[in-house]
Amino acid sequence: MNLVIHDLVQRFDDPRSGRSTTVLDGLSLATGEVQSLVLVGPSGGGKSTLLRILAGLDVPVTGSVTFEGVALPRDEELLRGYRRGVGTVFQAYNLFPHLTAMDNLLLPLVHVHGLTDTEARRRVAEPLERFGLTAHAHKRPAELSGGQKQRIAILRALVVQPRRLFLDEPTSALDPEMTGEVLDMIDDLKRSGTEFVLVTHEMGFARRVADEIAFIADGRVAAHAPAAEFLDRCRDPRVTSFLARTLHA
Amino acid sequence: MPRWLAYLIVLALLSAAGVWAFASLDMNWNWGVVWDYRAAFWQGWWMTVLLSLASLLTSSLIGVTAAMMLRSSMPLVQAAARVYVELIRGTPLLVQLLIGWYVVAAALRMGTDQRYLVGVLVLSLFSGAYMAEIFRGGLDAIPRAQIDSARAIGLTPWQTLGLVVLPQAVRIVLPSVAGQLVSLIKDSSLLSVISIAEFTFNARNVNSATYSTLESYLPLAVGYLALTLPLSALSRWLERRFRYEAA
Repeated sequence: MNLVIHDLVQRFDDPRSGRSTTVLDGLSLATGEVQSLVLVGPSGGGKSTLLRILAGLDVPVTGSVTFEGVALPRDEELLRGYRRGVGTVFQAYNLFPHLTAMDNLLLPLVHVHGLTDTEARRRVAEPLERFGLTAHAHKRPAELSGGQKQRIAILRALVVQPRRLFLDEPTSALDPEMTGEVLDMIDDLKRSGTEFVLVTHEMGFARRVADEIAFIADGRVAAHAPAAEFLDRCRDPRVTSFLARTLHA
Repeated sequence: MPRWLAYLIVLALLSAAGVWAFASLDMNWNWGVVWDYRAAFWQGWWMTVLLSLASLLTSSLIGVTAAMMLRSSMPLVQAAARVYVELIRGTPLLVQLLIGWYVVAAALRMGTDQRYLVGVLVLSLFSGAYMAEIFRGGLDAIPRAQIDSARAIGLTPWQTLGLVVLPQAVRIVLPSVAGQLVSLIKDSSLLSVISIAEFTFNARNVNSATYSTLESYLPLAVGYLALTLPLSALSRWLERRFRYEAA
């Protein structure tokens, strides 16, 4: 993918105090032709806000986003069409708790993409098997571990055959053991050629899967480079102190 | 102590107290006269069941609508719903029934044969105000992340409501709705003030015809308990059942 972001501004109004907070403050970024972009940076720096805009969930106050030269629409109806062609996974609570894992997977295929129940079941069978989740397909989210929930959520985003995935800290709510199984799955996606934008705190993992890394702080891109260069040679003090903290935490 | 034994002891104590109270009254029971009126009890009981069911359906619709209006971002819509809920919950059903029948229905030139319709409507508006708060609580309990997930997979707002929000909200509110139905059944006894021949109205008629007050009203209590006890049990069962489903 080729992503160009120009002068993105996002503000949120607090209806009670009447104050507005600027989360993205003229953020610009242009990637090369990459398969994966990883967004890192301090909490509250704006990376999740950026990801929501990229995923077509929120509309920025001003600024533009283009993927492969096509600008993201601002109209909700058009954005819904865009969202149907991509996949998004949040930190937690992705799955619908009243549906089994299988029904969670089938829902978008049947109700959004118009497959019949049989076609949809055929579509999900192989990926379930590949990621070792077949035995859990009949369970409700409450019966699944955190890692299993996130893997089903990634699978749900994947089975609609999206152009690319947006992953917002998919492991930050998990303990280390479960983090591993989710990261392994993303590793697998990287090898099989899936395009994605990932927000993460796992710097070691970022090195493994990122083609490019962008460091977002104070609503702007503070540093942006190919992964190896970013991690080994970045001299920006904000980045180096961030890396020192996250790598040795 | 096993639970059934605990219940048995409580019921036995209660019965003993009842027997003692009635024995000390030196009552001359006159069950025979009341037995002659059993058809009136039976018909009234069924009418209460029908009125309650009709009101439950209507008040659920009113409740869902009002709940969504309460959550609306449009101030006028929200204010309208809030005024409705507070006015209804803050005034006695008795007054609402009298106004509904003697003022509103009269102004609309409704005939006496339409008193059942008016009764169900007023009772539904009354119960709907409570339902609105129950449903609002249910909708509020759905995390924001669920709406995000629904939008992320490309569902339309209506699909989000029908496939994601309502199925979860219904599970959350079902126990409270069953509880509200218990109240509704008992509240329907007030429909007797606009001469609707439901259970209480008929029991009162039996009383005036036979002068056997307790013999007329004790079956009334039993008849209502026969409806409300299973519902309370259902409500508790639903609560237990859906508690384990939360993610």
